[in-house]
Amino acid sequence: MALLEIRNVTRRFGDFAAVDDVSIGIEAGEFFTLLGPSGCGKTTLLRMIAGFDLPDGGSIVLDGKDLAGDPPERRPVRTVFQSYALFPHMTVAGNVAFPLRMAKVDRAEVERQVKLALEGVQLGGKADRYPHELSGGQKQRVAIARALVTKPRVLLLDEPLAALDAKLRGELQLELINLQKDIGITFVYVTHDQTEALALSHRIAVMNHGRVEQLDEPSRIYGLPRTRFVADFIGHCNLFDGAVVATTPHESGALVDLDVADLGRIRAFTKGQVTPGTTGSVAVRPEKIRISASVTQGEDENHCAGHIRDFLYMGDVTVYIVEARGGQRVEALLANSEAGRTKFFEAGDAVEAAWRFDAGHFIPG
Amino acid sequence: MPDTSSPAEAPGRGGRAASWQTRSSGAGRWLVSGPPLAYLLVFFAIPALIMVAASFTPPGEFGGLAPLFEDGKANLTLEAYERFAEDPIYLELFVKSVLYAAITTLCCLLLAYPLALLVARSARKYRDLLMLLVILPFWSNFLIRVYAWMIILGPQSAVSRALNAVVEPLGFEPVSLLFSSFAVLVGLVYVHLPFMVLPLYANLEKHDPALLDAAQDLGANAWQRFWRVTFPLSLPGVWAGAALVFIPALGIFAIPDILGGTESTLIGNVIKQQFLETRDWPFGSVLSIMLTAVALALAGLAAWVSRPRRTT
Amino acid sequence: MKRSWTLYAAAIAGYLFLYVPLVIVVVYSFNDSRLNAEWVGFTLDWYRKLFANDEMIQAALNSLLIATVASLVSTVLGTMAGFAMHRHRSRLLPVLVLMPIAIPEILMGVSLLLFFVLLNFTLGIVSVMLAHIAFCIGFVAIVVRSRLAGMDESLTEAARDCGATPAQAFRLVTLPLIMPAVIAGALMAFTLSIDDFVITFFTAGAGTQTLPLQIYSMIKISVTPEVNAVSTLLMLLTLLLIVLASKLAPGALRSS
Repeated sequence: MALLEIRNVTRRFGDFAAVDDVSIGIEAGEFFTLLGPSGCGKTTLLRMIAGFDLPDGGSIVLDGKDLAGDPPERRPVRTVFQSYALFPHMTVAGNVAFPLRMAKVDRAEVERQVKLALEGVQLGGKADRYPHELSGGQKQRVAIARALVTKPRVLLLDEPLAALDAKLRGELQLELINLQKDIGITFVYVTHDQTEALALSHRIAVMNHGRVEQLDEPSRIYGLPRTRFVADFIGHCNLFDGAVVATTPHESGALVDLDVADLGRIRAFTKGQVTPGTTGSVAVRPEKIRISASVTQGEDENHCAGHIRDFLYMGDVTVYIVEARGGQRVEALLANSEAGRTKFFEAGDAVEAAWRFDAGHFIPG
Repeated sequence: MPDTSSPAEAPGRGGRAASWQTRSSGAGRWLVSGPPLAYLLVFFAIPALIMVAASFTPPGEFGGLAPLFEDGKANLTLEAYERFAEDPIYLELFVKSVLYAAITTLCCLLLAYPLALLVARSARKYRDLLMLLVILPFWSNFLIRVYAWMIILGPQSAVSRALNAVVEPLGFEPVSLLFSSFAVLVGLVYVHLPFMVLPLYANLEKHDPALLDAAQDLGANAWQRFWRVTFPLSLPGVWAGAALVFIPALGIFAIPDILGGTESTLIGNVIKQQFLETRDWPFGSVLSIMLTAVALALAGLAAWVSRPRRTT
Repeated sequence: MKRSWTLYAAAIAGYLFLYVPLVIVVVYSFNDSRLNAEWVGFTLDWYRKLFANDEMIQAALNSLLIATVASLVSTVLGTMAGFAMHRHRSRLLPVLVLMPIAIPEILMGVSLLLFFVLLNFTLGIVSVMLAHIAFCIGFVAIVVRSRLAGMDESLTEAARDCGATPAQAFRLVTLPLIMPAVIAGALMAFTLSIDDFVITFFTAGAGTQTLPLQIYSMIKISVTPEVNAVSTLLMLLTLLLIVLASKLAPGALRSS
């Protein structure tokens, strides 16, 4: 059984279901992320795990024990808040010592553990400072130290890096990964930043409107999105809508022929069986599409011709918006340092695009 | 006081925190809200109810109230109310009090507005100090502030003598500034002025200066900018201030008592009289209830007028 | 933004209007003349007479005693009320707490008079204390509530998260953070109590005098600059208390 089990949890506010019949199993030692846009219910779910809110239906079970009866102070769960929530009238050491005092640990032991905890986040020298004297990154480290000092079973993190600038965020992300690996505590992380989720997590639950759209490893979330929402929310994605014309069984799934308006016939893979006539979308990541003045179409590749409508130069890569002959927009991503390329494309250039069948993934519905 | 806070409904931090709290420890809630609630019920709500009951009781033999139950029967009567309805002088007094309160409110508005405007437009670092200077007189004793005007308007004061030095040679009678309706009004305005400045300032402070710049850019002169942009936006503050001045001013008795002459008796004076001198407590209660009714009606009106609504 | 000359002039006139009368009272307290008319000479006589006046001293002591008790009790009750109003969003409490402030004072005065007499409760210092507490609770509650509203909600949650019971969270985190507002509220309550006239007038009964009541009878019966002297001292005290309160809780005075 998983360490933390969320079983059919629902939370309503009036008619609005913030969390709608969600079931998730989180394993011990895992870095698990709840990812989704604002309002999707991820923070509500997190607060219910912490005990700041109670589910209307379903239960939350930790180590086999239902947490329903326990108020926040009795749950072996600690939270790192988005606003850090450091007590302004206590020193850094006082903040970190607080949970130990609540657990009635004796003074000598408290001092020792506080010292250890602060050194663990590289803040050993700042014990006597007050929160307002610290930078954002330092405050975040104190919040983490305080949350970990009593060795909780689960650490909850509510968008902890959202208030920091990009460079600092990158640094702290690496620190978080290493920290989690070192101490082995289960992390439940909430964020709306999908790059962050992909970088940090062992597994991600993508949420939308209170439901889990997909629960998977990052590479599968990215490469095999199960719904349109997931495909669209994670990174950039081409979504070609159409109806299935023919299917060919292939391994555990099928190779489908899709008729896409304004584009033509394309083929992609899907899991499971699909009947002809089903509508859906083929998701193709832009970096999987190669474009050139002329492209030799391989056996197992889709192909189309068109011209460059627009492009976005981003320094390390350029995104090209190709308008196919039929009118459909195709987004392609090319690294600007690709070997053998001599020319960037301009708007209006005629190009051909190709991508492999297995680069595309069919999503019914 | 218009209260702009309201419980959040849908997911927002405030709503969620509130819901968490209400779902937990019901007993804890009563521990916290219980004592103040109990105290105010006993020392505010119950006396109010007693006053209502008293208005229906006949007056006692030596003043005060007659016992509520006599010979096992409830001793109720509408005597006091009838008296109020029959004698027109009391209604006149109410009207007079309302009039005085209205004039006071208007004068306070005229005097307070420039003050509030100036402080609101000052540099940020001076605002708190300037506002503190406005508030300080309010915190000093009410009687002292009234007494000060006794000095200024008294017959021996510089102001009086200067005025009479002008008036007498023209053949008029010497004017007595003190013990007159004029003195009462001055006193009323002086005492209540800070109450008008505060809400006005709170409102004006939030005005976006860009609005005035835009108006000027579109061709409005200073007066037009004030009348068409600043003043309409400040209306909620105006109503709040008006309520804070008008309602207390209705019940004032000390100012007419000290600064007024015989013709400046207000309803507050009569109530005081009934309770402490004439000792006709049922009748005093009736007058008080009438005053409360008027005050509550006006408070309700003020709240309704200043309710948040979409501006067209 | 260019500021118009007329606005400056009008505002200065406003400030003068507020302060000149008070300044006159203070100045004449040093005037060597019985009449508050012309300046004759500097003297401290009136102050000396004041301190020799037994009635006055007794009234001052009464006022201080009443104010101390009233402010202590109303601060405790007002803090609880402010907390309940903020946290639990009850409907009844704000009404009961704020009404004494919104209605004309005379109504509270007479209804409490009826109340005490009906209960055969002797009018005196205690009845005044009880009355003062009733209207001071509201002021303290408003100050505390607005301080709580400005406080970061997640701090109490963090405390609970760290293992504190609600009571511990309040004692160790919330209370220290709202303490300046609580003290400001106490100072304001003290000032309100010392300065109160109307409600005290009705609930003090025949034998008890407070400073404002004493001032009132002096004004009505025989006006001497002793009144100026006691007024000056009272104003000084008020000034001190309120400036202190405004330093502790800068927003508090506005919300009142």
